[in-house]
Amino acid sequence: MDAVTSAPARIILICSGKGGVGKTTLTANLGIALARLGERTVVLDADFGLRNLDLLLGLENRIVYTAQEVLAETCRLEQALVKHKQEPNLALLPAGNPRMLEWLTPEDMQRIVAMVAERADYVLIDCPAGIEDGFKNAAAAAREAIVITTPEVSAVRDADRVIGLLNTRGVAPVQLVLNRVRPRMMASQEMLGVDDVTDILALPLVGLVVEDEQVIVSTNRGEPLTLNGNGSPAAKAYQNIARRLRGEDIPLEDPSKARKGLRARLMNKIRKTTGLF
Amino acid sequence: MTLFDFIQRLLGRQKPSGTMAKERLQLVLAHDRSDLNPELLEQMRREILEVVQRYVEIDIEEGDVSLETEDRVTALVANLPIKRARPLPALVAAAAAVGMAQAPDPEAPQELAVPLAGEPTEDPSPTAADPD
Ligand SMILES: Nc1ncnc2c1ncn2[C@@H]1O[C@H](COP(=O)(O)OP(=O)(O)OP(=O)(O)O)[C@@H](O)[C@H]1O
Ligand SMILES: [Mg+2]
Repeated sequence: MDAVTSAPARIILICSGKGGVGKTTLTANLGIALARLGERTVVLDADFGLRNLDLLLGLENRIVYTAQEVLAETCRLEQALVKHKQEPNLALLPAGNPRMLEWLTPEDMQRIVAMVAERADYVLIDCPAGIEDGFKNAAAAAREAIVITTPEVSAVRDADRVIGLLNTRGVAPVQLVLNRVRPRMMASQEMLGVDDVTDILALPLVGLVVEDEQVIVSTNRGEPLTLNGNGSPAAKAYQNIARRLRGEDIPLEDPSKARKGLRARLMNKIRKTTGLF
Repeated sequence: MTLFDFIQRLLGRQKPSGTMAKERLQLVLAHDRSDLNPELLEQMRREILEVVQRYVEIDIEEGDVSLETEDRVTALVANLPIKRARPLPALVAAAAAVGMAQAPDPEAPQELAVPLAGEPTEDPSPTAADPD
């Protein structure tokens, strides 16, 4: 077992209400990013019905035991945790059989998260979509939460529902990640703006992730974008979220407003390197 | 954005869809957060007007009872222009009808902003209006 933890682990629920808005992608990328910053991180797949976190991390072939065996005490926690090869600070606790949903209680989740938290600085819980038992079990074990949404009416409405439930459960702080932002559409006001969403949900923004094809490429490979640190915009965004969580003050840039600056900077660079104009 | 949309926007005939999204969300969330559907809200509005009318004559046409939401707090906002107060005997009768010892101040405030419980609970509120 690793050295005894000094500070208590940060136990963060990654949730959204609506399905398919980017919870698992965020959990995987944030997990790697935190681990690379030296934090002992465990990502826990609480989406027992439709588990995917193993796949996004490229760990699907290395699973022997799961949370199910740990709870049944047929294996030790250390045996179930799958360490990431390239990033040994990160481990995955895989979800068990979907039938776990039939008997799993909030107390079970609290028990397993408490075990994991003993040997970690960060525990990230990948929450299932919806606000039913799966969500309630996962929320029962979390101290704080990140709500992720896209700038679309249905996703924002569902996020609002989830925020209400988190507040009544005393989960705090709750922070917001806005995913799949399309700067051009935002600039022409054909998409909810960053301020619109933060005004409506009244949550502090901890990250903005633009729509990025590299996200799909990285899922295909089972290598989160934050692993290889290629300069893709989404990779940078996930890294910044990790650093903000650790308390670093990294300003958020509204991508729909930053565009002009970017073009101006690019023109400047061309001007300098070519000596034209 | 199609050329048609663009022209419509130039002419000020159509709002950008992002703005529409925000307005629609604000409305629907005010209802979601208070756990009141439009029908219940309408019933509550009628009952509030009924009570207020016992004390003062109000301009129903101009009156407005609605839910507004800001910073995750939803408020019930009633804006009811008062024509005149009812004569004192009527006031005493009205107060007696609702079981109060004395008539209230006839110069009642014209705008009532009552914050509703901040967050929706998981169980439906037991104090929800009885349909009977
Ligand atoms: N910033 C992004 N740019 C492009 N594609 C993205 C982005 N974020 C997520 N996606 C894509 O959206 C899809 C859903 O992502 P993901 O599985 O992470 O969502 P989820 O919220 O975990 O879904 P579920 O509710 O089913 O668990 C995936 O195909 C993913 O590649
Ligand atoms: Mg998922």
